[in-house]
Amino acid sequence: MKRNKWILAVACLALSASVAHAQAQSSGVTLVKNATLLTITHGTIENGSILIRNGKIAAVGKDLPAPAGATVIDAAGQYVLPGIIDCHSHIAVEGSVNEGSISVSSMANIADVLDPDDIEIQRDLAGGVTSANILHGSANSIGGQTLVIKLRWGQPASKLPFEGALPGIKFALGENPKRSNSTVLPGTQRRYPATRMGVEDTIREAFTRAMEYKRQWDDYNRRKAAGEQNLIPPRRDLQLEPLVEVLEGKRYVHSHCYRADEILMLIRVANEFGFKVRTFQHVLEGYKVAKEIAAHGAGASTFSDWWAYKMEAFDAIPYNAAIMAQKGVVVSINSDSGEEARHLNQEAAKTMKYGGLSELEALKLVTLNPAIQLGIEKRVGSIDVGKDADLVIYNKHPLSVYAVPQKVLIDGQVYFDREKDAAGRAALDKERKDLIEKEKKAAEAARRRPGQTPPNRTGETPPNPPQPEREGERP
Amino acid sequence: MKTTIRLLRIAALLALALAPSARAQEAYAITGAKVYTLAGPPIENATVVIRDGKIVAVGADAKAPAGAKVIDAKGLEIYPGMFDPWSELGLAEVGAVAATVDTTELGEFKPQLVAGTAVNPASAHIPVVRASGITHVLTAPGGGTIAGQATIMNLAGWTMDEMAVRRSAAMVINWPALQPRGGGGGGAAFRARTFTEIKQEYDKRVQELGDWLERARHYAQAAEKGSAAKFDRDLKLEALVPVVEGKLPVLVLARGAREIRDAVNFCEKQKVKMVLADATEAWKVKDLLKQKNIPVILPPTQSLPREEDDPYDRSFTQPAELVAAGVKIAFSSTAYEFARRLSQQAGVAVAYGLPHDEALKAVTLYPAQMFGIDKELGTIEPGKLANLIVTTGDPLELRTEVRYLFIKGQLTSTDNKHRQLWEEYRKRP
Repeated sequence: MKRNKWILAVACLALSASVAHAQAQSSGVTLVKNATLLTITHGTIENGSILIRNGKIAAVGKDLPAPAGATVIDAAGQYVLPGIIDCHSHIAVEGSVNEGSISVSSMANIADVLDPDDIEIQRDLAGGVTSANILHGSANSIGGQTLVIKLRWGQPASKLPFEGALPGIKFALGENPKRSNSTVLPGTQRRYPATRMGVEDTIREAFTRAMEYKRQWDDYNRRKAAGEQNLIPPRRDLQLEPLVEVLEGKRYVHSHCYRADEILMLIRVANEFGFKVRTFQHVLEGYKVAKEIAAHGAGASTFSDWWAYKMEAFDAIPYNAAIMAQKGVVVSINSDSGEEARHLNQEAAKTMKYGGLSELEALKLVTLNPAIQLGIEKRVGSIDVGKDADLVIYNKHPLSVYAVPQKVLIDGQVYFDREKDAAGRAALDKERKDLIEKEKKAAEAARRRPGQTPPNRTGETPPNPPQPEREGERP
Repeated sequence: MKTTIRLLRIAALLALALAPSARAQEAYAITGAKVYTLAGPPIENATVVIRDGKIVAVGADAKAPAGAKVIDAKGLEIYPGMFDPWSELGLAEVGAVAATVDTTELGEFKPQLVAGTAVNPASAHIPVVRASGITHVLTAPGGGTIAGQATIMNLAGWTMDEMAVRRSAAMVINWPALQPRGGGGGGAAFRARTFTEIKQEYDKRVQELGDWLERARHYAQAAEKGSAAKFDRDLKLEALVPVVEGKLPVLVLARGAREIRDAVNFCEKQKVKMVLADATEAWKVKDLLKQKNIPVILPPTQSLPREEDDPYDRSFTQPAELVAAGVKIAFSSTAYEFARRLSQQAGVAVAYGLPHDEALKAVTLYPAQMFGIDKELGTIEPGKLANLIVTTGDPLELRTEVRYLFIKGQLTSTDNKHRQLWEEYRKRP
């Protein structure tokens, strides 16, 4: 998989250079015109235009005139959708997404391992995804910290985070945190918890400690503010700090879950400690307890039609999203996979067949609704003046299986262009061949110098050096 | 005397089981629909007449016979039922629960195993998949180099005998991979192997595979009528005889271009009939596949590219590229829980350049041809088994619904576990 990492790195450099170049060239004003605009918030506009200034949508309407010097994108016969938002992703992560050694791994942070060179950023971008909620894995009842990114392919890691988006923390219930489907390695013990009872207990124990920790800090801060001298601050606890942030509403809880009973369990625990669950993730039995989820005010981010891959997914139904939406839950459809993210528009379309959602309701599942769930709806999720110009231009209606993204814009910049991507392939092929030739020549030259080993590859090197695969997150 | 009576009784039972059931005598006329026969251009406002499990008439002038049940399909469209030619349907119920999974037997060479033996006709997956317009599937065993025999079955019937189209439809061969196997997964022990080691093991496996076929050839000679050779019955070799005689195709699963090339050469040398599957890199060897006339069953179109520096749409464009090169393709799910995505896989290929007509045939007629069942299935023509679907439109589109489904001429329910749970829980007060 990583065979041509070096080739890719060169390609990335070339690409980021060209993006930077485009930025320098652009006047900062772009007009997308002649398109069918699927605005999400104010209907469909035929022959519509979107004026983009400094990365934001400056005007939306019919036949807007192009300001002098504006870059014009003629999207005649095409459809513009707000950029797709994937509320459950593990792309752009270096190495494993699971710190699986302990049941409460809240000190681990996905933000520390962002990988801007992960090719899945480009692949998902090409599928219309512009923002994604990058989650820690589900091996722990309380997992690591999470963040929202924009898929700014070609930019360094520091440019990926979605500015101002509240960070999150991953919780997980059911089979994964109790390790039902994992092998216990020889010489190791099973990790607590091993039942759904233990999962609840693990979360309650952690929040009991977090409450006490918060009390100590509140107490310290109060006395310090009162002018008390010679105070010793409480010892910082990096495991409990994120949980205190949850209690203070400064960090969202995104909880992996499947069965109805465990969904109700977490609502009960959240109520006990006074925090809110921001989203239930997967939530494949959410349809059984939709009114309880709605009453708690949590969102639900689910799959379109996955089922039966494990016991807790055996009652999963493709009507899940529709039932929850019809009962008042803010619902999104997510990917949990670098592949699935490439066609979230199609996955959303299935809810029209399974449960009878309207076109608008279906489109919201991958645009405005995940934006609301991630608290970024003032910035993205619809085509409205003042919002970020994160847009996907499709050649056909995005609820059709035949729609192909042609251009994807983030902050008004074209980060993916199908035509350019196709046109660049010959150059990449040539570059690859040239580099291989260069390697061969270097090896040949080294062979001619006796007593020296070739600088790089020898016949003993496997064509694909075995790499431990990134531990795939189990859904 | 007693034995004779018993034999007669068994014969009577057999006859009963094999005869079309009483319901199969029913006749249906589906009227007023646009019929995509896939044997010619679509026919507007046409009638399809079904009797005794078969299609007896198709056309704008076909008449509903007296006593036939008439289904008014005005505004609807009729297509041949879809065929998923590589699935695990019926062999697994819940992936993570080993007790419910019968896909993979132990051992490396297991030609004697037959998928149909382990299919659970009561699997909850069957009605779910059926509701998506798939009327028949090939279900394949996995694991080892020779995995066993795949079965083609209709997705309706009380028992495997009632379901089977071909109990033994193909011998499944997992072509060895020139890739390091296993490893990965949470830092588990991983031993890096050199290419030389991998190649040695690869060559050994291919050699063993050849040896098995060679032994089967000798076995077939010995077993021939009138042969003086003495031999002990061997169930594995016996199972391989139809393969070496060219009567049973081999379904060869190979991903990389090198492996595919080797497999094609191997099958040619061994004179066995090959259907290629998995085939992620078939595009690299499309000319060879065309030249040797090897049909390809593709893995899901919606797969990630194999190499990190492949174009992002590598797997989306492969079907169109293969067809343009003259290679016969079929789409497949490779699974049980995702089998209902078959039409989506064909649809995406159309979005990336495959002609729509070819995509329809690649989920109906072409896979039937690959396994030699196209005289019975794959198009809507008189004389063929009445496996067909009546839909609200293009079956490759995401929002199209299957209104009626016929399997072996029977109007078959599209109800399933998912619809039942939906009905139950959406009414929760």
